Amino acid sequence: MWSIISVLVENKPGVLFKITNLFRSRNYNIDSISVGITENPEISRMTITTEADEKQLNQIIKQLDKLIDTIEVKLLDEKKSIYRELVMMKIKVSKPTDIKEITDLANAFKCDVHDVRKSSIILEITATPDRINALEDLVRGYGILEMARTGICALARGERSES
Amino acid sequence: MEKISGARALMIALEKEGVDIAFGLPGGANLPIYDELYKSNIRHVLVRHEQSASHMADGYGRVSRRPGVCFATSGPGATNIVTGIATAQADSAPMVAITGQVPSKMIGRDAFQESDIIGITNPIVKYAFQPMSPGEIPEVVKKAFYIASTGRPGPVLIDIPKDVQQNEAEIQFPSEVKIRGYHPWVDPDIKEIERATDMLLAAERPIILAGGGVIISSAFAELQSIAELLMIPVVTTFKGKGSFPENHPLSLGPIGMHGHAEANKMMTEADCVLACGSRFSDRSVGTFEEFERNLKIIHMDVDPAEIGKNQTTHVAVIGDVKTSLRIMVKMLIQKAIKRNGENAWAKKVRETKEYYRENIKIHPHPLAASKVLKKLREVLPAQSIVTTEVGQHQMWASLFFDVIHPGTFFSSTGLGTMGWGFPAAIGAKAARPDVPVLDIAGEGSFNMTENSLAVSVLEDLPVIVFLLNNFTLGMVAQWQRTFYDRRMIGVDLKNCPDYVKVAEAYGAQGIRATTIDEIGKAVQTALKSNVTTVIDIPIDPQEDVFPFVAPGTSLKDMILPS
Repeated sequence: MWSIISVLVENKPGVLFKITNLFRSRNYNIDSISVGITENPEISRMTITTEADEKQLNQIIKQLDKLIDTIEVKLLDEKKSIYRELVMMKIKVSKPTDIKEITDLANAFKCDVHDVRKSSIILEITATPDRINALEDLVRGYGILEMARTGICALARGERSES
Repeated sequence: MEKISGARALMIALEKEGVDIAFGLPGGANLPIYDELYKSNIRHVLVRHEQSASHMADGYGRVSRRPGVCFATSGPGATNIVTGIATAQADSAPMVAITGQVPSKMIGRDAFQESDIIGITNPIVKYAFQPMSPGEIPEVVKKAFYIASTGRPGPVLIDIPKDVQQNEAEIQFPSEVKIRGYHPWVDPDIKEIERATDMLLAAERPIILAGGGVIISSAFAELQSIAELLMIPVVTTFKGKGSFPENHPLSLGPIGMHGHAEANKMMTEADCVLACGSRFSDRSVGTFEEFERNLKIIHMDVDPAEIGKNQTTHVAVIGDVKTSLRIMVKMLIQKAIKRNGENAWAKKVRETKEYYRENIKIHPHPLAASKVLKKLREVLPAQSIVTTEVGQHQMWASLFFDVIHPGTFFSSTGLGTMGWGFPAAIGAKAARPDVPVLDIAGEGSFNMTENSLAVSVLEDLPVIVFLLNNFTLGMVAQWQRTFYDRRMIGVDLKNCPDYVKVAEAYGAQGIRATTIDEIGKAVQTALKSNVTTVIDIPIDPQEDVFPFVAPGTSLKDMILPS
């Protein structure tokens, strides 16, 4: 089961290490992790996606909660949250018509197009993993030269609720 | 305000926490700390190896229920206490370990005696601090003691760069600290305790499983009240051994790989278990799936992460075990529930206990472990504190040495650290100088930290090492006999050294006891003389530990001596 966990942590050195080391030492899997500061500079938010069964997921949440540097741990409901990932893909341009085709695709996916060259083009997309994967499938034929993904960033919908 | 050094601030902060003893060994990176220790009222116990300092602090912490303190220098000093920290973590023992670190400007430059002890210990500490300015030290110390001793206790590391020890600043000492992400005490949910009580009352074959949490929270009286009010038999985990008097009619003793036969048997027949402060370790319960089959599990624990970690829980009561049990006792009294007489289950429990006590074959040797340890129980005062090393002797202690006074038995049950028992006994003696302290040892394990004899003698912390000497790494030998077709390798210790002479060389008393009678007399001599004593008891190298639940099997598959 693919899940999104949102964790508020103390914004200080070593906390990311503690979180990732917890996943390593207990044999859990991190699918993606993104970290950034919150509205409170003392606090960072980590968005972790993981593949785990229900029992393991339960343990992941409890073990994260047990860490002294975690302030809040929430399992996000996909339907009740907004989650996005930013991806950049450098795509190979083999013939002049490729540029038009790729930019058309980019428009259909509401991507930003950067660094258009004779031999390559960079697309930037912010979307759900499903849409990103769909785009990736479509452009794979041209050749993906390089790709960078940020990992999921997410917030629960509605007013902030105490967990 | 007067300026003081970080090291001075550390001593003041430690004294404010009530620290009066610390175990350690100085080195280049913690000399400023030692210089302040020289001027302070804290007693320093010089060890011969830092690992022993951490075990002494652990033993002190488990017995006093206040964090034991140990000091080590940077690099190898710090890495030498890693095993001690891991041991304390595995058994939830309160400890504050304070290491020196290379100067802050040298960190990350692979300096002499630099080790990333924060990184190394990350998975085995409850928390770690590395103050980078002297002003942080008082708050760090206060937080360290708070974290180490509250909720589920554990080890906390404070790693202090040498310049932070030396530099001076105007330093404030906070009277309290708050940690945003740490909520050690949760009030137990009354509704859940009600559900637990109802479930326990509805059960036909209820049993209580008492774990180490009962000892940590001193919930002895509450546990006994519930057992007696409801006439429910009590089994324990190995760590929980001695949380319930083992001479009590309702006591069945520890379950597990080398649990008591009657405990394992009745555990597998129960339909409902009240587990108090137990983490359902594989050593205790065997295969998880088999253990929980047809069993309703009520789990009381202070650590929410333990709920459902290994077992499916039907009712979970999160909070201090003593508080939760006390509420349950009140509920039972309010409901005027007091069972008298013997129902079918109680009868079965009694009969099973009697059956195994009469029918388990005793190893045919004049110094069979059961005879030796029963003699020890006879002559050792009930209030004495007993530690063990790790190996066959430890399991025999679990099987044949009854703990009468709750909370007087301590062992490295989680990590299984050989060499733990002796230094831990010294730490225990420091915490309780008024009672005899004895380490039930095997020679393989004792070898690992026997140089603590010097500490025990010179620091006047006399303990008795009750050495079951079978000249072999007995537990490994047993496994090689059982699972590896008797291909014996790496286990023969060849009756070397002579432990009586070893004891004497360190200025301790050494006694060899070769009969049950001599064993009794030797213990009495040691108790009377009140000096560090090694009692060397040559036992049979061929004796195996039974019952035996082989790894990967269930308690039902317990093997008895043939």
